[in-house]
Amino acid sequence: MRVTAIPFLAALALGAGCEKSEGPVKKEPSPTVKETSPTPEKAKTIALTGAGATFPAPLYIKWVSEYHKAHADVEINYQSIGSGGGIKQITEKTVDFGASDAPMKDDELAKASAKLVHVPMTIGAVVLAYNVPDVPQGLKLSRKALVGIYLGTIKKWNDPEIAKPNPGAKLPDSDISVTYRSDGSGTTAVFTSFLSKASPEWKEKVGEGKAVKFPVGMGGKGNEGVAGQVKSTPGAIGYVELAYAKQTGLTYGVVENAAGKLVEPSLDSVSAAAAALADKMPDDLRAWIVDAPGDASYPISSFTFIMVYEDMADATKGKALAQFLWWAVHDGQKLGGALDYAPLPADVVTKVEAKLKGLKAQGQALL
Amino acid sequence: MKRPTAFDTELALVRPRGLLQRMAGEVNLGDQIFRVVTALFAFGIVAALAGMTMEMVSQSLPTLRRFGLGFIVGTNWDPVREEFGALPYIFGTVVSSLLALALAVPVALGIAIFLSELAPTWIRRPLGFMVELLAAIPSVVYGLWGVFVLAPWMRETVQPLLKRTLGFLPLFQGTANGFGMLTAALILAIMILPTIASISRDVLAAAPAVLREGALALGATRWEAIRRALLPFVRSGLVGAIILGLGRALGETMAATMVIGNRGEISGSLFKPGATMASVIANEYTEASNDVHLAALSEVALLLFGVTLLLNIAARVLVWRVGRLPGGAGRM
Repeated sequence: MRVTAIPFLAALALGAGCEKSEGPVKKEPSPTVKETSPTPEKAKTIALTGAGATFPAPLYIKWVSEYHKAHADVEINYQSIGSGGGIKQITEKTVDFGASDAPMKDDELAKASAKLVHVPMTIGAVVLAYNVPDVPQGLKLSRKALVGIYLGTIKKWNDPEIAKPNPGAKLPDSDISVTYRSDGSGTTAVFTSFLSKASPEWKEKVGEGKAVKFPVGMGGKGNEGVAGQVKSTPGAIGYVELAYAKQTGLTYGVVENAAGKLVEPSLDSVSAAAAALADKMPDDLRAWIVDAPGDASYPISSFTFIMVYEDMADATKGKALAQFLWWAVHDGQKLGGALDYAPLPADVVTKVEAKLKGLKAQGQALL
Repeated sequence: MKRPTAFDTELALVRPRGLLQRMAGEVNLGDQIFRVVTALFAFGIVAALAGMTMEMVSQSLPTLRRFGLGFIVGTNWDPVREEFGALPYIFGTVVSSLLALALAVPVALGIAIFLSELAPTWIRRPLGFMVELLAAIPSVVYGLWGVFVLAPWMRETVQPLLKRTLGFLPLFQGTANGFGMLTAALILAIMILPTIASISRDVLAAAPAVLREGALALGATRWEAIRRALLPFVRSGLVGAIILGLGRALGETMAATMVIGNRGEISGSLFKPGATMASVIANEYTEASNDVHLAALSEVALLLFGVTLLLNIAARVLVWRVGRLPGGAGRM
């Protein structure tokens, strides 16, 4: 009798297997993104929810807690579920604001029932981390070298294209282990956008996007996955976010920008890239600052955005949200440095101010 | 095929009482409620299964229509150009799981036999406990361990050794950097080992003592008693244990993703990176905002479901066939 119970267990296991695969296909927003119901003693609490990009999440969470200290009646709940999820949730209006590393595309905006506004919040950068024995921080990487490495045409670390700008570096005659992000991510979008700008061949063969078909190499899941593979594999190179690389002590390179200058990734060089393009920002602020002009600009940089509806249904919530965003692009910027997020340049803040002043609730200006 | 065992005799003694009750028309209300409730539970699984299948099919309609069978046999997965072929992922899932099974089953059965038949009593409990503990480790921990311990060890020790000794086989050629199909299969094997071992041990322990005693009394050695009397008796239970392990290997996402190299390519070498169906879903679903891409991922989920089902059926058929062979009961 006991023996015959085993096939039943197997059936259970089959069921359990299905539950797993059910996860990714369900359409409903995850229950965790529901608004927190106001507790009776704090009846006047304004609860705002947002969801989206994981990259700025540490900064947003810091902002939310700092803002709550000054404004006890505003409670903001940010879920870092990924940019794709953020876009989906704001489009379906299940959250008050969405967040995305890359601006929404035209066809994505068209799916929203009303006009969405993009607000740049902070600037991130993507760095090339590597693990080459005897090669310290700051290996100089030309655009050609990066494209060649990721296309698979440059296979060895002592390739002339890598060696040329690095006289004196002890580059080994070993294979390059190319590493990329296997999960869809804004980081990949920014990096492939840079490669597309640096090389027509890349643009034609591979293209740009959150998930692309890399010609060579292997993938790691998340910044931590890429960093783990790079750290444990001599000869590896991979791209990760600047903040992540700094905080985990990875060795990363200096990259040649559009002006032909080799620029070290830093909060200053990243802000410089944003400042260089500030006057060319489109009216809807959906700006890409990859490969920005200017000698000091770090080329693999990008804004990260919060998306809100221009005309909001609830005036109380709308006002609280507008005030929070206003605070974030002013006082909030000072909190970024400690977490390795580059502040928005003054010219960009001016443009954001105008945008925020245009936010309405049922036709009434909020600020 | 079953011959009467001590259990059946026991059953024969127990059964008539219930039968008599039923014949007398006595129906206990509590029994009836219990029956309905348990039936609901059982059919709940069927309903959930049907619901999930329907949802997955409806989600994947765009790619079902657009690519048809090409989705299953296609090898190009390019979200930028919206071309999707899932064969590399199907290949990765099947190969990594079967390889894991091949590595884990002999060891797991050995553990089970040792723990239930051969080990001194004082060691059985602590050792069994440790095996079960292994099953409780979260897969992300296995994954991290895989990245920082297993992968470097594979790169520096195992893979060079395989290259030196079996390097003439295409299976063990190419650059070996520690990540890839072989490492993924190994970590999966370690993960499914406790599942298979502990269930097999319970199955063996549940076998009636008369089997062993009878065989030993007939002059069989320890080995012969286990192989000829015990194992055939518990065969279907052992297959159940293996299928449970296979289920875990097929559906495992995190640990495999962290060491397999996540590259949607079919390669003859086990050193090369690969990708599994579960890993591509976990990797790409959160950031996929394009409808075709989402549908493609849903269809991968549907296919994973199908592959799991097929492998389970195959295992069942295998047992059934072995059981029907003349004298088959004597084999394992």
